[in-house]
Amino acid sequence: LRNEARFLESRALAFRRWQHPTRRFTDKHEWISVENGVGTIGISNFAQEALGDVVYCSLPEIGTKLNKQDEFGALESVKAASEVYSPVTGEVTEINTALADNPGLVNKSCYQDGWLIKMTVDNPSELEDLLSEDAYEKYIKSIEE
Amino acid sequence: MLRAEAAGRLALRRLGSLGAIACGKRGYTSGQENLKQTPLYDFHRHHGGKMVAFAGWSLPVQYTHSHLDSHLHTRQHCSLFDVSHMLQTKVFGRDRVKFIESLVVGDIAELKPDQGTLSLFTNEKGGIIDDLIVTSTSEEHLYVVSNAGCMDKDFALMQNKMKEMKAAGYDVHLEVSDNALLALQGPAMAHVLQPGVADDLAKLPFMSSAMMVVFGVPGCRVTRCGYTGEDGVEISVPASQAVELAELLLKDSSVWLAGLAARDSLRLEAGLCLYGNDIDENTTPVEASLVWTLGKRRRVAMDFPGASTILAQIKQKPKKKRVGLTSTGPPIRQHVPILSPEGKAIGEVTSGCPSPCLQKNIAMGYVDSEYSKLNTALTVEVRKKNYPALVTKMPFTPTHYYTIK
Repeated sequence: LRNEARFLESRALAFRRWQHPTRRFTDKHEWISVENGVGTIGISNFAQEALGDVVYCSLPEIGTKLNKQDEFGALESVKAASEVYSPVTGEVTEINTALADNPGLVNKSCYQDGWLIKMTVDNPSELEDLLSEDAYEKYIKSIEE
Repeated sequence: MLRAEAAGRLALRRLGSLGAIACGKRGYTSGQENLKQTPLYDFHRHHGGKMVAFAGWSLPVQYTHSHLDSHLHTRQHCSLFDVSHMLQTKVFGRDRVKFIESLVVGDIAELKPDQGTLSLFTNEKGGIIDDLIVTSTSEEHLYVVSNAGCMDKDFALMQNKMKEMKAAGYDVHLEVSDNALLALQGPAMAHVLQPGVADDLAKLPFMSSAMMVVFGVPGCRVTRCGYTGEDGVEISVPASQAVELAELLLKDSSVWLAGLAARDSLRLEAGLCLYGNDIDENTTPVEASLVWTLGKRRRVAMDFPGASTILAQIKQKPKKKRVGLTSTGPPIRQHVPILSPEGKAIGEVTSGCPSPCLQKNIAMGYVDSEYSKLNTALTVEVRKKNYPALVTKMPFTPTHYYTIK
Protein backbone atom coordinates (compact mmCIF):
# COMPACT_ATOMS: atom_id res chain seq x y z
CA LEU A 1 0.00 0.00 0.00
CA ARG A 2 2.82 2.33 0.88
CA ASN A 3 4.45 1.69 -2.47
CA GLU A 4 1.19 2.38 -4.19
CA ALA A 5 0.83 5.67 -2.34
CA ARG A 6 4.34 6.59 -3.32
CA PHE A 7 3.61 5.71 -6.91
CA LEU A 8 0.47 7.87 -6.93
CA GLU A 9 2.40 10.72 -5.38
CA SER A 10 5.08 10.51 -8.04
CA ARG A 11 2.41 10.42 -10.77
CA ALA A 12 0.80 13.51 -9.25
CA LEU A 13 4.14 15.27 -9.23
CA ALA A 14 4.79 14.27 -12.81
CA PHE A 15 1.37 15.56 -13.79
CA ARG A 16 2.02 18.90 -12.14
CA ARG A 17 5.36 19.12 -13.89
CA TRP A 18 3.71 18.39 -17.18
CA GLN A 19 1.16 21.15 -16.50
CA HIS A 20 3.79 23.78 -15.75
CA PRO A 21 6.95 22.50 -17.33
CA THR A 22 8.91 25.69 -16.85
CA ARG A 23 7.69 27.20 -13.60
CA ARG A 24 10.69 27.83 -11.41
CA PHE A 25 10.98 29.58 -8.06
CA THR A 26 13.28 31.92 -6.17
CA ASP A 27 13.99 31.45 -2.49
CA LYS A 28 12.16 34.76 -2.02
CA HIS A 29 8.95 33.13 -3.30
CA GLU A 30 8.64 34.58 -6.80
CA TRP A 31 7.95 32.21 -9.71
CA ILE A 32 8.76 32.46 -13.40
CA SER A 33 7.28 30.49 -16.25
CA VAL A 34 8.89 30.87 -19.68
CA GLU A 35 7.10 30.53 -22.99
CA ASN A 36 8.62 31.56 -26.34
CA GLY A 37 11.41 33.40 -24.59
CA VAL A 38 9.07 35.53 -22.48
CA GLY A 39 8.92 34.96 -18.74
CA THR A 40 5.74 35.48 -16.72
CA ILE A 41 6.42 36.37 -13.09
CA GLY A 42 4.26 36.01 -10.02
CA ILE A 43 4.43 35.03 -6.38
CA SER A 44 3.91 31.59 -4.89
CA ASN A 45 0.88 30.34 -3.04
CA PHE A 46 2.96 30.20 0.12
CA ALA A 47 3.85 33.87 -0.28
CA GLN A 48 0.31 35.06 -0.98
CA GLU A 49 -0.90 33.22 2.11
CA ALA A 50 1.81 34.80 4.23
CA LEU A 51 1.04 38.25 2.84
CA GLY A 52 -2.70 38.15 3.38
CA ASP A 53 -5.17 40.21 1.37
CA VAL A 54 -3.21 42.18 -1.22
CA VAL A 55 -4.72 45.66 -1.53
CA TYR A 56 -2.17 47.41 -3.73
CA CYS A 57 0.42 46.33 -6.30
CA SER A 58 3.30 48.61 -7.24
CA LEU A 59 4.60 47.41 -10.59
CA PRO A 60 7.33 48.74 -12.91
CA GLU A 61 6.81 50.49 -16.21
CA ILE A 62 7.03 48.61 -19.47
CA GLY A 63 10.56 48.85 -20.77
CA THR A 64 12.20 48.78 -17.35
CA LYS A 65 15.46 46.85 -17.53
CA LEU A 66 15.98 44.50 -14.63
CA ASN A 67 18.96 42.56 -13.45
CA LYS A 68 18.46 39.26 -11.74
CA GLN A 69 17.43 39.95 -8.10
CA ASP A 70 16.54 43.59 -8.79
CA GLU A 71 13.55 44.87 -6.85
CA PHE A 72 10.81 45.49 -9.39
CA GLY A 73 7.83 46.40 -7.24
CA ALA A 74 5.96 45.79 -4.04
CA LEU A 75 2.81 44.06 -2.94
CA GLU A 76 0.92 45.65 -0.10
CA SER A 77 -1.52 44.17 2.37
CA VAL A 78 -3.23 46.20 5.09
CA LYS A 79 -0.48 45.35 7.53
CA ALA A 80 2.69 45.25 5.43
CA ALA A 81 4.50 45.95 2.19
CA SER A 82 6.66 43.30 0.54
CA GLU A 83 9.13 43.95 -2.19
CA VAL A 84 9.28 41.61 -5.15
CA TYR A 85 12.50 40.75 -6.98
CA SER A 86 13.24 39.78 -10.54
CA PRO A 87 14.16 36.10 -10.90
CA VAL A 88 16.21 36.79 -14.07
CA THR A 89 17.80 39.53 -16.18
CA GLY A 90 15.61 41.08 -18.86
CA GLU A 91 13.24 43.84 -19.87
CA VAL A 92 9.66 44.30 -18.72
CA THR A 93 7.35 43.77 -21.71
CA GLU A 94 3.94 43.75 -20.03
CA ILE A 95 2.40 44.36 -16.63
CA ASN A 96 -0.81 42.83 -15.35
CA THR A 97 -3.11 45.85 -15.58
CA ALA A 98 -6.01 43.87 -14.06
CA LEU A 99 -4.25 44.19 -10.71
CA ALA A 100 -4.83 47.95 -10.57
CA ASP A 101 -8.55 47.44 -10.00
CA ASN A 102 -8.36 43.98 -8.55
CA PRO A 103 -5.14 43.45 -6.55
CA GLY A 104 -6.84 40.54 -4.75
CA LEU A 105 -6.20 38.43 -7.87
CA VAL A 106 -2.75 37.86 -6.41
CA ASN A 107 -4.44 35.96 -3.59
CA LYS A 108 -7.22 34.33 -5.59
CA SER A 109 -5.09 33.13 -8.48
CA CYS A 110 -1.41 33.57 -7.78
CA TYR A 111 -0.31 31.22 -10.59
CA GLN A 112 -2.80 32.33 -13.27
CA ASP A 113 -4.76 35.59 -13.30
CA GLY A 114 -2.68 37.09 -10.49
CA TRP A 115 0.61 37.19 -12.41
CA LEU A 116 2.60 40.41 -12.00
CA ILE A 117 4.80 41.14 -15.02
CA LYS A 118 6.11 39.61 -18.25
CA MET A 119 9.73 40.11 -19.22
CA THR A 120 12.35 38.98 -21.71
CA VAL A 121 14.76 36.33 -20.51
CA ASP A 122 18.13 37.66 -21.68
CA ASN A 123 20.19 34.93 -20.15
CA PRO A 124 18.29 31.61 -20.13
CA SER A 125 21.05 29.93 -18.13
CA GLU A 126 19.92 32.00 -15.13
CA LEU A 127 16.82 29.79 -15.01
CA GLU A 128 19.04 26.91 -14.01
CA ASP A 129 19.88 28.68 -10.74
CA LEU A 130 16.23 28.78 -9.71
CA LEU A 131 14.39 26.12 -7.74
CA SER A 132 12.30 23.48 -9.45
CA GLU A 133 8.77 23.03 -8.14
CA ASP A 134 9.88 19.98 -6.13
CA ALA A 135 12.87 21.75 -4.67
CA TYR A 136 10.74 24.74 -3.81
CA GLU A 137 8.17 22.58 -2.03
CA LYS A 138 10.94 20.99 0.00
CA TYR A 139 12.31 24.43 0.77
CA ILE A 140 8.87 25.58 2.02
CA LYS A 141 8.63 22.53 4.25
CA SER A 142 12.06 23.27 5.67
CA ILE A 143 11.22 26.86 6.58
CA GLU A 144 7.83 25.94 7.99
CA GLU A 145 9.43 23.55 10.45
CA MET B 1 -10.36 56.28 24.26
CA LEU B 2 -6.82 56.39 23.21
CA ARG B 3 -4.80 53.43 24.09
CA ALA B 4 -1.27 52.84 23.01
CA GLU B 5 0.80 49.78 22.55
CA ALA B 6 4.41 48.98 22.74
CA ALA B 7 7.31 51.01 21.60
CA GLY B 8 8.03 50.56 17.94
CA ARG B 9 7.78 46.83 18.22
CA LEU B 10 4.90 46.87 15.86
CA ALA B 11 7.43 47.51 13.15
CA LEU B 12 5.58 45.38 10.70
CA ARG B 13 4.96 48.26 8.38
CA ARG B 14 8.57 48.39 7.31
CA LEU B 15 9.40 47.15 3.88
CA GLY B 16 10.81 43.72 3.43
CA SER B 17 10.96 40.96 0.91
CA LEU B 18 8.41 38.21 0.63
CA GLY B 19 11.10 35.97 2.02
CA ALA B 20 11.25 38.03 5.17
CA ILE B 21 7.49 37.75 5.63
CA ALA B 22 7.55 34.04 5.13
CA CYS B 23 10.37 33.55 7.58
CA GLY B 24 8.71 35.82 10.09
CA LYS B 25 11.63 38.22 10.07
CA ARG B 26 9.58 41.31 9.82
CA GLY B 27 8.69 43.31 12.89
CA TYR B 28 6.50 40.76 14.51
CA THR B 29 9.02 38.00 14.81
CA SER B 30 7.84 34.46 15.08
CA GLY B 31 10.63 33.36 17.41
CA GLN B 32 8.74 32.44 20.55
CA GLU B 33 11.73 32.07 22.89
CA ASN B 34 11.64 33.93 26.20
CA LEU B 35 8.28 35.43 25.44
CA LYS B 36 5.70 35.96 28.13
CA GLN B 37 2.37 34.21 27.68
CA THR B 38 -1.02 35.51 28.69
CA PRO B 39 -3.47 33.20 30.47
CA LEU B 40 -5.09 32.73 27.05
CA TYR B 41 -2.00 31.41 25.24
CA ASP B 42 -3.29 27.85 24.81
CA PHE B 43 -6.73 29.19 23.96
CA HIS B 44 -5.21 31.23 21.11
CA ARG B 45 -3.32 28.24 19.73
CA HIS B 46 -6.42 26.09 20.01
CA HIS B 47 -8.43 28.66 18.00
CA GLY B 48 -5.86 28.92 15.22
CA GLY B 49 -4.12 32.07 16.45
CA LYS B 50 -0.96 32.88 14.51
CA MET B 51 1.36 33.72 17.37
CA VAL B 52 3.96 36.47 17.08
CA ALA B 53 6.26 38.37 19.39
CA PHE B 54 4.93 41.71 20.54
CA ALA B 55 6.43 43.83 23.32
CA GLY B 56 7.97 40.73 24.86
CA TRP B 57 4.73 38.74 24.70
CA SER B 58 3.53 35.93 22.48
CA LEU B 59 0.24 37.17 21.05
CA PRO B 60 -1.98 36.29 18.08
CA VAL B 61 -1.55 38.58 15.08
CA GLN B 62 -4.65 37.04 13.51
CA TYR B 63 -6.72 33.88 13.67
CA THR B 64 -8.33 31.90 10.87
CA HIS B 65 -10.09 34.88 9.29
CA SER B 66 -8.09 37.27 7.12
CA HIS B 67 -6.95 40.58 8.55
CA LEU B 68 -9.37 42.43 6.27
CA ASP B 69 -12.38 40.27 7.24
CA SER B 70 -11.50 40.55 10.91
CA HIS B 71 -11.25 44.33 10.69
CA LEU B 72 -14.59 44.70 8.90
CA HIS B 73 -16.28 42.21 11.22
CA THR B 74 -15.29 44.33 14.22
CA ARG B 75 -16.86 47.41 12.63
CA GLN B 76 -20.05 45.55 11.71
CA HIS B 77 -20.45 43.07 14.56
CA CYS B 78 -18.06 42.32 17.39
CA SER B 79 -14.56 41.00 18.08
CA LEU B 80 -12.79 39.67 21.13
CA PHE B 81 -9.16 40.71 21.71
CA ASP B 82 -6.79 39.43 24.38
CA VAL B 83 -5.05 42.51 25.77
CA SER B 84 -3.77 40.83 28.93
CA HIS B 85 -0.25 41.95 28.08
CA MET B 86 -1.12 45.45 29.23
CA LEU B 87 0.00 46.53 32.70
CA GLN B 88 -2.88 46.71 35.20
CA THR B 89 -1.99 48.47 38.44
CA LYS B 90 -4.13 49.31 41.45
CA VAL B 91 -3.21 52.32 43.55
CA PHE B 92 -4.45 52.23 47.14
CA GLY B 93 -4.20 54.66 50.04
CA ARG B 94 -5.62 57.98 51.20
CA ASP B 95 -3.18 59.95 49.05
CA ARG B 96 -3.63 57.96 45.83
CA VAL B 97 -5.01 60.90 43.85
CA LYS B 98 -2.15 63.15 44.92
CA PHE B 99 0.21 60.32 43.95
CA ILE B 100 -1.12 59.80 40.44
CA GLU B 101 -1.52 63.52 39.78
CA SER B 102 2.18 63.98 40.54
CA LEU B 103 2.88 61.73 37.51
CA VAL B 104 0.13 62.50 34.98
CA VAL B 105 -1.34 65.56 33.25
CA GLY B 106 -5.04 64.87 33.91
CA ASP B 107 -7.46 66.04 36.58
CA ILE B 108 -7.99 62.78 38.45
CA ALA B 109 -9.54 64.42 41.54
CA GLU B 110 -12.55 65.53 39.49
CA LEU B 111 -13.39 62.02 38.27
CA LYS B 112 -16.71 60.72 39.59
CA PRO B 113 -16.67 57.30 41.25
CA ASP B 114 -15.98 54.59 38.65
CA GLN B 115 -15.22 57.12 35.96
CA GLY B 116 -12.01 56.89 33.94
CA THR B 117 -9.98 59.05 31.63
CA LEU B 118 -7.12 58.81 29.20
CA SER B 119 -4.04 60.44 30.66
CA LEU B 120 -0.32 60.75 30.03
CA PHE B 121 2.74 60.13 32.17
CA THR B 122 5.08 63.02 31.29
CA ASN B 123 8.73 63.74 32.07
CA GLU B 124 10.27 67.02 33.21
CA LYS B 125 10.91 68.02 29.58
CA GLY B 126 7.24 67.56 28.77
CA GLY B 127 7.81 64.33 26.80
CA ILE B 128 5.29 61.51 27.01
CA ILE B 129 6.54 58.54 29.05
CA ASP B 130 3.39 56.55 28.31
CA ASP B 131 -0.33 56.93 27.81
CA LEU B 132 -2.68 55.23 30.25
CA ILE B 133 -6.25 54.95 31.44
CA VAL B 134 -6.92 55.95 35.04
CA THR B 135 -10.23 54.91 36.59
CA SER B 136 -11.19 56.24 39.98
CA THR B 137 -13.01 53.20 41.32
CA SER B 138 -15.67 53.25 44.01
CA GLU B 139 -13.62 50.62 45.83
CA GLU B 140 -11.04 53.00 47.27
CA HIS B 141 -8.39 52.50 44.66
CA LEU B 142 -7.36 53.82 41.26
CA TYR B 143 -7.27 51.29 38.45
CA VAL B 144 -4.50 52.12 36.00
CA VAL B 145 -3.97 50.41 32.64
CA SER B 146 -0.78 51.23 30.75
CA ASN B 147 1.23 49.76 27.88
CA ALA B 148 2.98 46.41 27.87
CA GLY B 149 5.96 47.90 26.04
CA CYS B 150 6.35 50.48 28.80
CA MET B 151 5.73 48.07 31.64
CA ASP B 152 9.19 48.26 33.20
CA LYS B 153 9.56 52.02 33.11
CA ASP B 154 5.94 52.65 34.14
CA PHE B 155 6.28 50.39 37.12
CA ALA B 156 9.63 51.91 38.14
CA LEU B 157 8.16 55.39 37.79
CA MET B 158 5.21 54.57 40.02
CA GLN B 159 7.24 52.62 42.54
CA ASN B 160 9.86 55.35 42.96
CA LYS B 161 7.20 57.98 43.44
CA MET B 162 5.43 55.77 45.96
CA LYS B 163 8.64 55.32 47.98
CA GLU B 164 9.29 59.03 47.88
CA MET B 165 5.79 59.85 49.08
CA LYS B 166 5.76 57.17 51.74
CA ALA B 167 9.03 58.56 53.09
CA ALA B 168 7.33 61.96 53.30
CA GLY B 169 4.54 60.42 55.35
CA TYR B 170 1.90 59.95 52.65
CA ASP B 171 -0.41 56.97 52.46
CA VAL B 172 -0.12 55.22 49.08
CA HIS B 173 0.68 51.72 47.89
CA LEU B 174 0.68 49.82 44.61
CA GLU B 175 -0.55 46.43 43.60
CA VAL B 176 0.08 44.94 40.16
CA SER B 177 -2.90 42.89 39.04
CA ASP B 178 -2.35 39.54 37.35
CA ASN B 179 -5.85 39.58 35.92
CA ALA B 180 -6.33 38.88 32.24
CA LEU B 181 -7.84 41.68 30.15
CA LEU B 182 -10.35 40.92 27.39
CA ALA B 183 -11.56 43.59 25.00
CA LEU B 184 -14.98 43.02 23.43
CA GLN B 185 -15.34 45.61 20.68
CA GLY B 186 -17.96 46.43 18.10
CA PRO B 187 -21.58 47.53 17.69
CA ALA B 188 -22.90 44.12 18.84
CA MET B 189 -21.02 44.29 22.16
CA ALA B 190 -23.97 45.24 24.38
CA HIS B 191 -26.17 42.65 22.70
CA VAL B 192 -23.55 39.99 23.40
CA LEU B 193 -22.70 41.01 26.95
CA GLN B 194 -26.09 42.05 28.35
CA PRO B 195 -27.47 38.50 28.79
CA GLY B 196 -24.43 37.71 30.94
CA VAL B 197 -24.58 40.61 33.39
CA ALA B 198 -27.11 41.91 35.91
CA ASP B 199 -26.16 45.58 35.43
CA ASP B 200 -28.00 47.54 32.75
CA LEU B 201 -25.31 48.29 30.15
CA ALA B 202 -27.44 51.18 28.89
CA LYS B 203 -26.42 52.93 32.12
CA LEU B 204 -22.71 52.35 31.64
CA PRO B 205 -21.46 55.17 29.39
CA PHE B 206 -18.11 55.44 27.63
CA MET B 207 -15.21 55.64 30.09
CA SER B 208 -17.17 54.36 33.06
CA SER B 209 -16.54 51.15 34.90
CA ALA B 210 -18.25 48.67 37.25
CA MET B 211 -17.55 45.39 39.02
CA MET B 212 -19.76 42.66 37.63
CA VAL B 213 -20.37 38.94 37.53
CA VAL B 214 -20.01 38.18 33.80
CA PHE B 215 -21.66 34.98 32.56
CA GLY B 216 -21.22 33.54 36.04
CA VAL B 217 -17.58 34.63 36.40
CA PRO B 218 -17.29 36.78 39.52
CA GLY B 219 -14.83 39.61 40.20
CA CYS B 220 -14.78 41.16 36.71
CA ARG B 221 -14.17 44.87 36.24
CA VAL B 222 -16.01 45.95 33.11
CA THR B 223 -14.90 49.31 31.68
CA ARG B 224 -16.63 50.82 28.65
CA CYS B 225 -13.59 51.69 26.57
CA GLY B 226 -11.37 50.24 23.88
CA TYR B 227 -8.91 50.88 21.10
CA THR B 228 -11.05 50.48 17.98
CA GLY B 229 -13.31 53.55 17.87
CA GLU B 230 -16.33 51.29 18.36
CA ASP B 231 -18.58 50.83 21.35
CA GLY B 232 -16.93 48.22 23.52
CA VAL B 233 -15.71 47.11 26.89
CA GLU B 234 -12.52 45.87 28.44
CA ILE B 235 -13.07 43.17 31.03
CA SER B 236 -10.44 42.62 33.69
CA VAL B 237 -11.03 39.02 34.71
CA PRO B 238 -9.25 36.79 37.24
CA ALA B 239 -6.59 34.86 35.28
CA SER B 240 -7.90 31.47 36.39
CA GLN B 241 -11.26 32.10 34.69
CA ALA B 242 -10.12 34.08 31.65
CA VAL B 243 -10.35 31.16 29.22
CA GLU B 244 -13.75 30.17 30.58
CA LEU B 245 -15.05 33.71 30.02
CA ALA B 246 -13.51 33.96 26.55
CA GLU B 247 -15.19 30.67 25.54
CA LEU B 248 -18.53 31.87 26.91
CA LEU B 249 -18.32 35.14 24.95
CA LEU B 250 -17.33 33.25 21.84
CA LYS B 251 -20.51 31.17 22.03
CA ASP B 252 -22.31 34.13 20.50
CA SER B 253 -21.86 33.67 16.77
CA SER B 254 -21.47 37.42 16.23
CA VAL B 255 -18.19 37.34 18.17
CA TRP B 256 -14.99 36.58 16.28
CA LEU B 257 -11.53 36.46 17.73
CA ALA B 258 -9.26 39.25 16.51
CA GLY B 259 -5.53 39.78 16.80
CA LEU B 260 -2.91 42.50 16.71
CA ALA B 261 -3.23 43.09 12.96
CA ALA B 262 -6.89 44.15 13.13
CA ARG B 263 -6.26 46.00 16.38
CA ASP B 264 -3.68 48.18 14.64
CA SER B 265 -5.73 49.04 11.55
CA LEU B 266 -8.84 49.67 13.68
CA ARG B 267 -7.07 52.08 16.01
CA LEU B 268 -5.54 53.90 13.05
CA GLU B 269 -8.92 54.50 11.46
CA ALA B 270 -10.09 55.76 14.85
CA GLY B 271 -7.13 58.18 14.94
CA LEU B 272 -5.73 56.67 18.14
CA CYS B 273 -2.02 56.85 18.92
CA LEU B 274 0.27 53.86 19.23
CA TYR B 275 2.88 54.53 21.89
CA GLY B 276 6.37 54.12 20.47
CA ASN B 277 5.18 55.01 16.95
CA ASP B 278 3.03 58.09 17.22
CA ILE B 279 4.04 59.36 20.65
CA ASP B 280 7.15 58.86 22.75
CA GLU B 281 9.44 60.62 25.21
CA ASN B 282 10.50 63.09 22.54
CA THR B 283 6.99 64.26 21.76
CA THR B 284 4.95 66.50 24.01
CA PRO B 285 1.15 66.45 24.45
CA VAL B 286 1.04 69.70 22.44
CA GLU B 287 2.97 68.30 19.48
CA ALA B 288 0.93 65.09 19.68
CA SER B 289 -2.37 67.07 19.51
CA LEU B 290 -3.33 65.68 22.93
CA VAL B 291 -3.77 69.00 24.74
CA TRP B 292 -7.30 67.92 25.65
CA THR B 293 -5.84 65.46 28.15
CA LEU B 294 -4.43 68.33 30.26
CA GLY B 295 -6.74 69.01 33.21
CA LYS B 296 -7.92 72.65 33.47
CA ARG B 297 -7.09 72.83 37.16
CA ARG B 298 -3.72 71.23 36.46
CA ARG B 299 -2.93 73.85 33.80
CA VAL B 300 -3.66 76.67 36.22
CA ALA B 301 -1.68 75.05 39.01
CA MET B 302 1.14 74.04 36.60
CA ASP B 303 1.75 71.07 38.86
CA PHE B 304 2.37 68.14 36.47
CA PRO B 305 5.77 66.97 35.20
CA GLY B 306 6.96 69.15 32.32
CA ALA B 307 4.19 71.72 32.90
CA SER B 308 6.33 74.78 32.15
CA THR B 309 7.54 73.39 28.80
CA ILE B 310 4.12 72.12 27.82
CA LEU B 311 2.24 75.31 28.73
CA ALA B 312 4.84 77.49 26.99
CA GLN B 313 4.38 75.37 23.87
CA ILE B 314 0.64 75.92 23.90
CA LYS B 315 1.24 79.70 23.81
CA GLN B 316 4.05 79.77 21.28
CA LYS B 317 2.76 76.94 19.05
CA PRO B 318 4.98 73.88 18.78
CA LYS B 319 7.48 73.41 15.94
CA LYS B 320 5.92 70.14 14.83
CA LYS B 321 2.46 68.69 15.10
CA ARG B 322 0.81 65.31 14.73
CA VAL B 323 -1.67 65.29 11.85
CA GLY B 324 -3.78 62.81 9.96
CA LEU B 325 -3.04 62.19 6.27
CA THR B 326 -4.99 60.52 3.50
CA SER B 327 -3.83 59.55 0.02
CA THR B 328 -4.46 57.23 -2.87
CA GLY B 329 -1.81 55.14 -4.61
CA PRO B 330 0.71 53.09 -2.67
CA PRO B 331 0.04 52.85 1.08
CA ILE B 332 1.98 55.28 3.27
CA ARG B 333 3.53 53.68 6.30
CA GLN B 334 5.89 54.40 9.16
CA HIS B 335 9.03 56.39 8.16
CA VAL B 336 7.61 57.59 4.84
CA PRO B 337 8.96 61.14 4.31
CA ILE B 338 6.43 63.99 4.19
CA LEU B 339 7.30 66.91 1.89
CA SER B 340 5.90 70.40 1.43
CA PRO B 341 4.35 71.19 -1.98
CA GLU B 342 7.73 72.78 -2.83
CA GLY B 343 9.51 69.53 -2.04
CA LYS B 344 11.03 70.49 1.31
CA ALA B 345 11.23 67.70 3.91
CA ILE B 346 8.78 68.66 6.67
CA GLY B 347 8.19 65.46 8.57
CA GLU B 348 7.64 61.73 8.65
CA VAL B 349 4.77 59.27 8.86
CA THR B 350 4.62 57.49 12.23
CA SER B 351 1.84 54.97 11.42
CA GLY B 352 -0.15 54.24 8.31
CA CYS B 353 -2.05 51.60 6.40
CA PRO B 354 -4.61 51.23 3.63
CA SER B 355 -7.93 51.80 5.41
CA PRO B 356 -10.18 48.75 5.03
CA CYS B 357 -13.29 50.89 5.58
CA LEU B 358 -12.40 53.93 3.47
CA GLN B 359 -10.60 52.24 0.58
CA LYS B 360 -7.85 54.84 0.66
CA ASN B 361 -4.61 55.25 2.56
CA ILE B 362 -4.65 56.71 6.04
CA ALA B 363 -1.68 57.70 8.15
CA MET B 364 -0.57 59.90 10.97
CA GLY B 365 2.71 61.68 11.26
CA TYR B 366 4.45 64.82 12.38
CA VAL B 367 4.84 67.88 10.17
CA ASP B 368 6.19 71.39 10.70
CA SER B 369 3.29 73.25 12.34
CA GLU B 370 2.81 75.68 9.44
CA TYR B 371 1.69 72.69 7.33
CA SER B 372 -0.61 71.18 9.95
CA LYS B 373 -3.86 72.90 8.93
CA LEU B 374 -6.68 70.66 7.72
CA ASN B 375 -6.84 70.19 3.95
CA THR B 376 -3.25 71.30 3.39
CA ALA B 377 -1.99 69.57 0.26
CA LEU B 378 1.32 67.82 0.94
CA THR B 379 3.51 65.24 -0.77
CA VAL B 380 4.61 61.84 0.45
CA GLU B 381 7.53 59.86 -0.90
CA VAL B 382 7.04 56.11 -1.37
CA ARG B 383 9.80 54.06 -2.96
CA LYS B 384 11.41 57.23 -4.34
CA LYS B 385 8.25 58.43 -6.07
CA ASN B 386 6.15 61.36 -4.91
CA TYR B 387 2.40 61.19 -4.38
CA PRO B 388 -0.08 63.81 -3.16
CA ALA B 389 -1.46 63.54 0.39
CA LEU B 390 -3.96 65.66 2.25
CA VAL B 391 -3.94 66.74 5.91
CA THR B 392 -7.15 65.13 7.15
CA LYS B 393 -9.23 65.32 10.29
CA MET B 394 -9.02 62.39 12.67
CA PRO B 395 -10.73 60.07 13.44
CA PHE B 396 -10.71 58.96 9.81
CA THR B 397 -13.84 56.86 10.35
CA PRO B 398 -16.63 58.00 12.69
CA THR B 399 -16.28 56.71 16.24
CA HIS B 400 -19.23 55.07 17.98
CA TYR B 401 -18.53 55.52 21.66
CA TYR B 402 -21.59 54.99 23.84
CA THR B 403 -22.53 58.25 25.54
CA ILE B 404 -25.71 59.04 27.46
CA LYS B 405 -27.22 62.36 26.44
